[in-house]
Amino acid sequence: MDRIPILKLGDALLVTVQVDMHDQLATALEEDLTAKIVAHGAKGVLIDISALEIVDSFIGRMLDNIAAVSRILDADTVVVGMRPAVAITLVELGLSLTGVKTALNVERGMALIKTRATPRDDDDDGED
Amino acid sequence: MTGELGTLANIVSNNEGKILPEWLDLLKGSGVLQSGRMKEEELATQCRGFLHALRDGLASGESDSGHESYAAAREILADFSRSRAIQGFSPRETATFVFSLKQPLFNVVNREKGLAPAVVVQTIWTITALLDQFGLHTVEVYQKSRESIISRQQREILELSTPVVKLWKGILALPVIGTLDSERTQIVMENLLQAIVTEGAEIAIIDITGVPTVDTLTAQHLLKTTAAARLMGADCIISGIRPQIAQTMVHLGVELNVISKATLADAFQVALRRTGRAITKLKSAAPDNGKSLDDDRVG
Repeated sequence: MDRIPILKLGDALLVTVQVDMHDQLATALEEDLTAKIVAHGAKGVLIDISALEIVDSFIGRMLDNIAAVSRILDADTVVVGMRPAVAITLVELGLSLTGVKTALNVERGMALIKTRATPRDDDDDGED
Repeated sequence: MTGELGTLANIVSNNEGKILPEWLDLLKGSGVLQSGRMKEEELATQCRGFLHALRDGLASGESDSGHESYAAAREILADFSRSRAIQGFSPRETATFVFSLKQPLFNVVNREKGLAPAVVVQTIWTITALLDQFGLHTVEVYQKSRESIISRQQREILELSTPVVKLWKGILALPVIGTLDSERTQIVMENLLQAIVTEGAEIAIIDITGVPTVDTLTAQHLLKTTAAARLMGADCIISGIRPQIAQTMVHLGVELNVISKATLADAFQVALRRTGRAITKLKSAAPDNGKSLDDDRVG
């Protein structure tokens, strides 16, 4: 069975989903990722889903799960590159992925992880 | 039945010279020409065309207006009601065109010598039934044309009213004007998300100054839009909530769990600060125009 590769990038892990996710692949990714976070002591997980055209509630829940697991293991999850159609679908499904951070592309996602990895004092920059 | 329709066709073609002026007079009496939307010759041409088509249909001996021998007559009526719908005539004015033909026809049948009373009654009944069907057909086509006009205008309004404006690098604004229903929310959402991708925007400001009322449904639509934008990696700020609307929302128990600002200017300032910029006043600027944005530099 093929697996989605997980790349180590400094303190962060980069996952690029290039194929359509089926349920088994998603479960395998969840397991692999958990193992890698522990093995590398990663501070952030970057999931690039810019190639993902179809999502269902299972994939949505998987993203939420990954975020929850990473949080327990002290790593931030950032989902990047979501397509408009995918975002609309997830909202319509009622999955707003509140526990997940998002960014427009890998570059910004990486910047987001870096700011969080360094001093953690300025949590959410001001809603005044 | 067939014979009497044939007779009727003969009567019509023999008395065309009498029927047409009488019909035209009736139409003029009903005030069709008064509004000046139609010329007399135009009306006369339409009358003559329909009468000829009706005569040809009658000659075939069919009493059902749906029969193909009446296809020409139906087509003329359809064209006629479409043009009337576009010109803005009322349904009554449109249907009167057909119904006012009854009286001239009855008159010529009545005046026709050598017809037994029973035949006259039967003929008049046939004409009534036939013209009623044509009248209904006219109204139906009229209604359909009006509906198509309305749906076209709806589409145009949708296209007009959902622009996404770029305020600064990475900052988009979406001025919403009009009521936010499900269909419009969908289009607004798609436009906004697409613009976020193409502009690489970090912050989107949804300005609802032009939204007349915010109820629970509208609030839900706004929340959906902000949630979708967040999934794409952009933050949303809602601005332009008017005082009355803010009160109504609180009374209704509607909660928007997003950053909201009173005016677009405030929201823009927050957006600039978030992206690490600020508006500063030029030292050389004249003291009284310090507020205008074009003199300010954004760094």
